[in-house]
Amino acid sequence: MENYWNKEIECMSREEMKKLQDERLVKQVKHVYENVPYYKKLMDEKGVTPDDIKSTDDLHKLPFLTKADLRDAYPYGLLAMPLSECVRIQSTSGTTGRRVVAFYTQHDVDLWEECCARAITAAGGTKDDVCQVAYGYGLFTGGPGLNGGSHKVGCLTLPMSSGNTERQIQFMRDLNATILCCTPSYAAYIGETLKEMGLTPDDIKLKAGIFGAEPWTEEMRREIEKSLGIKAYDIYGLTETSGPGVSFECCEQSGMHINEDHFIPEIIDPDTGEVLPEGSKGELVFTSITKEAFPLLRYRTRDICVLSRKKCSCGRTLIKMTKPMGRSDDMLIIRGVNVFPSQIETVLLEQGYAPNYQIEVDRVNNSDTLDVYVEMNEEQFTDTVKGIQEKEKSLTAAIKQILGISPKVHLVSPKTIARSEGKAVRVIDKRKLHD
Amino acid sequence: MLVKQLSVFIENKPGKLSAVTRLLADNDIDIRAFSVADSRDFGILRLIVNDPDKASQVLKEAEVTISVTNVIAVCIGDRPGGLAEAVDCLYKANISVEYMYAFVEKSGDDAFAILRVENNDKALEALTEGGFNILTAERVYSI
Repeated sequence: MENYWNKEIECMSREEMKKLQDERLVKQVKHVYENVPYYKKLMDEKGVTPDDIKSTDDLHKLPFLTKADLRDAYPYGLLAMPLSECVRIQSTSGTTGRRVVAFYTQHDVDLWEECCARAITAAGGTKDDVCQVAYGYGLFTGGPGLNGGSHKVGCLTLPMSSGNTERQIQFMRDLNATILCCTPSYAAYIGETLKEMGLTPDDIKLKAGIFGAEPWTEEMRREIEKSLGIKAYDIYGLTETSGPGVSFECCEQSGMHINEDHFIPEIIDPDTGEVLPEGSKGELVFTSITKEAFPLLRYRTRDICVLSRKKCSCGRTLIKMTKPMGRSDDMLIIRGVNVFPSQIETVLLEQGYAPNYQIEVDRVNNSDTLDVYVEMNEEQFTDTVKGIQEKEKSLTAAIKQILGISPKVHLVSPKTIARSEGKAVRVIDKRKLHD
Repeated sequence: MLVKQLSVFIENKPGKLSAVTRLLADNDIDIRAFSVADSRDFGILRLIVNDPDKASQVLKEAEVTISVTNVIAVCIGDRPGGLAEAVDCLYKANISVEYMYAFVEKSGDDAFAILRVENNDKALEALTEGGFNILTAERVYSI
């Protein structure tokens, strides 16, 4: 048995879907060209006009957008609607320089919630379910996205936000939650806490979980499924395109169906920008064809994955993407937060340290750890333990301020951080995030 | 009146402490007194040596992180209450001690304490007034 929220779209023939995408793309390019001077300039520079885009076959002619463009255009430069028509913003974590602010009209919120409703339905959710949303609420898209999707499906929605795990479990039990939405690491943590409280999956009514916003492995999926007695589904999205729900897993649990009626995916060679044929591994690029306020065309996600149109047993015809297999830039996702090594470097320079550092990321008990090793010079070294610990504390606070997550800072002797070929190794990621 | 103390940053990794002490030995540096402060990730080896300038040069050349701090060497009676009297004297003068460690002469009845305080001048004054014998740097280096 398979559950669809919007069967017409989710099972639409490829021909019909392409027709729909063609129409929407043509209209969207016109909308962007007329309302976003920033993108118009990029198109003009490339010598492309809206008339050149007659169908999705012409998509490759359009210029790319990158995170750097979002930074340049911050905050209103990519806005395509009057602010009076916008009803919401969401934002990514990070510094001012890296922050992304996305705008939504009511129509944009509706389509985002529609995407999340499809994900919840594919995980077996109906109006009879009780959906516990334990993603963070606020600027982060996780909580608001799944909350909206849950409303749309008609589930009784528990807007828990993250944290306070014992209370999560109490509500889960008292109100018979059947679906859990949160990050996979938090789901694993809830599973552990349940066990610590002397409870088993038989003590809760959960049947499914929708987990995203950070990378996770099949092994982690099996652990979570076992500890909570559920089926665990992946969900993908990014603030730049709307938030979670850009793609979602079905009962097959083998890749995520992309909501192609709203987002056209492409896979490109990250070095040349050339579009690669289906089945190739490369960087994922999205074009939003229905969003009004913040319609990014050919946005480079920097996520590396593979697309497939292989027939899916669930009956959906929506193209599938693998879990991201890595990044084409140096961004790390730590505890669901986007982290660039350069952000840490900025703090070190501001605090008078040389940019000799190493970031070590690991996953201990399903939770990410961030250790930052910093070389100190003689002036920074004092003869008391307290003096050094105070310096470490002050660096920890400054890094937390900029990243939003707390690192563990270790001051080390000069020239002790490993260098390969004369260049320091900046990041050591010990997590096994990709199978 | 002040004595130069070398503080050496030592990460908690096998071989680090031994490398530093071996380096000093190979350069004929004689250690007069030492103490180790430890934390989870690192330790600080504090040394009083016969030739602090040479020792600090040798360590710097080997790219060891060090700092040089002026500390006080005070003579205290090697008997019950000896230390208490010295600490009491500082307490009454409202001087707090960051850390301290003791050493003894090869022969003799006195014990010595190395004191690291916030304000060396104030501490020297208080100890002198209290009748304590302060050791000169030359004396300490040549013990």
